[in-house]
Amino acid sequence: MGPLIPNGIIPQDWDSIIAILIGLVFGFVLEASGFSSSRKLAGIFYGYDFAVLKVFFTAAVVALIGMYYMDYLGYVDITQMYVHPTYLWGAIIGGVIMGIGFVAGGFCPGTSLCAVAIGKVDAIVYVIGIIIGVFIFSELFFLFQPIYEGYFMGNITLADSLGVNPYWFIFIFTLIAILSFVISDIIRKRNKKIFY
Amino acid sequence: MKNNQKNRHVYWNPYFGGFLFGILILLTFYITGRGIGASGAMKSSVVTIVDTVAPTHAENNAYYSKFISDEKSPMNTWLVFEALGVLIGAFISGGLTGRISWRVQHSPKITSKRRLVFALGGGILFGLGAQIARGCTSGAALSGMAVLSTGGFITMLAIFGSAFAFAYFFRKNWI
Repeated sequence: MGPLIPNGIIPQDWDSIIAILIGLVFGFVLEASGFSSSRKLAGIFYGYDFAVLKVFFTAAVVALIGMYYMDYLGYVDITQMYVHPTYLWGAIIGGVIMGIGFVAGGFCPGTSLCAVAIGKVDAIVYVIGIIIGVFIFSELFFLFQPIYEGYFMGNITLADSLGVNPYWFIFIFTLIAILSFVISDIIRKRNKKIFY
Repeated sequence: MKNNQKNRHVYWNPYFGGFLFGILILLTFYITGRGIGASGAMKSSVVTIVDTVAPTHAENNAYYSKFISDEKSPMNTWLVFEALGVLIGAFISGGLTGRISWRVQHSPKITSKRRLVFALGGGILFGLGAQIARGCTSGAALSGMAVLSTGGFITMLAIFGSAFAFAYFFRKNWI
């Protein structure tokens, strides 16, 4: 029963090799979907290309449905999964800052790595920027510490915080995703095409 | 070669790419019990550089010291190996479709210099934000969402909400 490595079904020694293989597929899929192009990525914010919305939401829905299905069928134990912890204000403030960085620079860290791999100079500069950003954060850690470590709510899920049944939530979330795909196609047809 | 030139801007159907991406996240959780990530490798690089240049400074800093241990280098982590894989995978995909070349991609309405200045600034903000939120679009938002993490959903809404809200100010760079 999964997860395989924490439960000792695959030996720990394979960890790094599996990391490279997973990264390889990750990079291939992102690049093949066009995520190495900042102009394609930024399209979602101006309504001329919705690849980000479609890839991102499809991936989230597939992973979510798959995860709860595998838990239901007994292939994984969902309680053993690492749930990203919730630090309320860190998540909000960090997210807002990342959003400005996204629309200013046209990449997020994963997509910038893909663009670096195919020789985009703007992506190399972007990665240097990320490194400077991490450096600034670390050097001024005492300033950020209260929001970084405060407002901790545990490794909670939406089932805990909203008090909803996860299956119903996933069902409604899927409907929202499909609706957003339909609306995005309507918006894109209204906007003038941009070639890049 | 001619065929390659034609295919340069033909990408996968986004639903197909998203489906495979979702399966990959699922597989990652199934094997490792955790999600994927991207900014983690860059954090490890910073920790390694600072630890090499100024080891005492790194040990005294409350943030760097979290990631330094005597047993192994901060580069010997899952996320660093994964990031190496990302570079290789993207290189293969770009190579197969003829997309590999040195260039600065930008809207014809702006100069390369302007593009690079904004890329640097955007990177700095993203790097800073990803530390505050403990993860980026992959590690916090997408991997968090896959297990219904409340923080993952909040980060996702904050990233896209703020990007839409500020898009107006950066419109000249893109459209």
